[in-house]
Amino acid sequence: MEKTLAETIKEITKTHLELNNGLILGQCLSAVGWVNNTVPNTKNIIELSMTDVAGGGIVAGAAIAGRRPIFVVRFQDFMYLNSSMLVNYAAKAKELFGVSAPVFIRALATEKKGTGPTHSGIMHSMFMHAPGFRVCSPMTPTEYKEIWEDFMANNNPMFVSEHRHSFNQVDDIKDIVLPESKITIYGIGYARFNVLKAIEILNREGIKCNFINLLWLKPLKLTERKIESLTKTRIGLVVDSGFEIAGASQSIAYELMKKTKIYVEALGAEDRSVGTAERYENTTPSVGKIVNKVRGLIKIKN
Amino acid sequence: MEKYNLLEEDSFKKGKKIDVYKKMYEIREFEKQVKKSFDVDAIKCPVYLSVGQESISATISEFFKPNYIFTQHRNHSMYIAFGGNKEKLIDELLGRETGCTGGRGGSPGAQDLNIGMIGHHGLIGENVPLAVGAALGASERKILCVFGDGALEEDYVFSSIAFAFTHKLPILFICEDNNLSILTKKAERRSWEMTDALRGIGMSSADIIDDPKLIARKVNEFKNSLPAFINCRTCRHLWHVGTGQDETPRVDRLKEFKMELLKDGVNLDELTQIEEKIKLEEEKLWKKHLLKQ
Repeated sequence: MEKTLAETIKEITKTHLELNNGLILGQCLSAVGWVNNTVPNTKNIIELSMTDVAGGGIVAGAAIAGRRPIFVVRFQDFMYLNSSMLVNYAAKAKELFGVSAPVFIRALATEKKGTGPTHSGIMHSMFMHAPGFRVCSPMTPTEYKEIWEDFMANNNPMFVSEHRHSFNQVDDIKDIVLPESKITIYGIGYARFNVLKAIEILNREGIKCNFINLLWLKPLKLTERKIESLTKTRIGLVVDSGFEIAGASQSIAYELMKKTKIYVEALGAEDRSVGTAERYENTTPSVGKIVNKVRGLIKIKN
Repeated sequence: MEKYNLLEEDSFKKGKKIDVYKKMYEIREFEKQVKKSFDVDAIKCPVYLSVGQESISATISEFFKPNYIFTQHRNHSMYIAFGGNKEKLIDELLGRETGCTGGRGGSPGAQDLNIGMIGHHGLIGENVPLAVGAALGASERKILCVFGDGALEEDYVFSSIAFAFTHKLPILFICEDNNLSILTKKAERRSWEMTDALRGIGMSSADIIDDPKLIARKVNEFKNSLPAFINCRTCRHLWHVGTGQDETPRVDRLKEFKMELLKDGVNLDELTQIEEKIKLEEEKLWKKHLLKQ
């Protein structure tokens, strides 16, 4: 039986801790479910104190010492606190001092069910903005293996934007490229699942859509193949779970427009704080929202 | 602050004291050359000088041999005391590619990986969690972590030191306590001492003046049972950044230590010869680098 994403993360981590002399650090790693069963019960696990800012620095120091630490931050909103030393030192050390601090930052996101203002954020855009990081958002076992190999082959800290709702994923998410498509939709992270559902609905309406996965946010790997679809459909949309304003979706839409001179819009979480009650949630753009956005763009195109 | 009987016999032999004095004098002369170059605009980056605080680095370097050194922004003294390449530091201050960080780190970012000294990026106290993490990653190695009294107030510093204590990490934490954060005195910023806080959690710590004999004694006492913390009260002679001076320093440890050496029977001519030799060497070194294109 094929492995789920959670099982894949656990296996990669186990190998790193047992065979590579790696370290994994984080708060409450061994508590309640071992971080959604992604952390193995083995050696080289360090429980950090409940000290978010110092925690990031301690992990960066362990990286300087050559341990290629995995830093688990159970909710991405905590990154505002945890990121100080990572942004200020780990990411800059290679350029400034010739000293590498390769930290694998596992930042977990989730949404809905009252996760509210401090447990439902998606922060990968913030790390795209800071020089020195590699940033990605893997949602499948295959993608996770790719980004792990990349981490081990490079000496930069890597921000890995995970989403708890994808941990049971087994299958790859494939690009969709059809000759009769009217729009190209680029999906980032967890938003890809909603995009695929939206595409099914739009297909039934006769609006065929191309779909392109964006695993890597920085460096942004806009290959010829990823751009070719846009040049044919002549209109595009980038969908992300993170905040739209000054975020990954807007930034990548801009990059696509700059490269192709073709109109591309962005869709992400709204520019407002999240509340706990359902009516105050601010989640990944819903299937309905994506469908409506595409319908609107097709009208503009026509 | 603790009271010690300075007349008490210790293992700080006369020869070692002269070695410490040589280093103190060398740092002072180097910093005087930095000031000279800064004042004529040959050095264009901000400089954080160690004048007045030399005894701490000079003494520690004689008694503690760390694998890694994580310093603060005011780091020239540690760099020189532990044998960092002075030519590269000069080039760094002059913003050259041949500098110790290629001109990227400047004065606060000075580093020399050959002595295990890793550059400081400029945020006070950041070196504390980094040092703790490095010790965690390579726990058989000894680490020296140096910072000022302002850094102790950074929220992540106590928690990092406490983490080192929890995990028994081999780090010697040194606070160069000059009682000033830029110009704001410690008493205006806080009503507590880190020494007391760390004793409260059971960690070895001491609060002393920057007399080399005291530093030597405490370093020797703690160095085989790390982690430990030493707060060294010292006197910064010049501005926080730059080369200015607002008032006559209340103490000049270099002069005081020289007087002690003379009382100990060291010959004045011997000290004068040492001083003249160091002074000439520094002048020659700086002249060579300032003229270099």
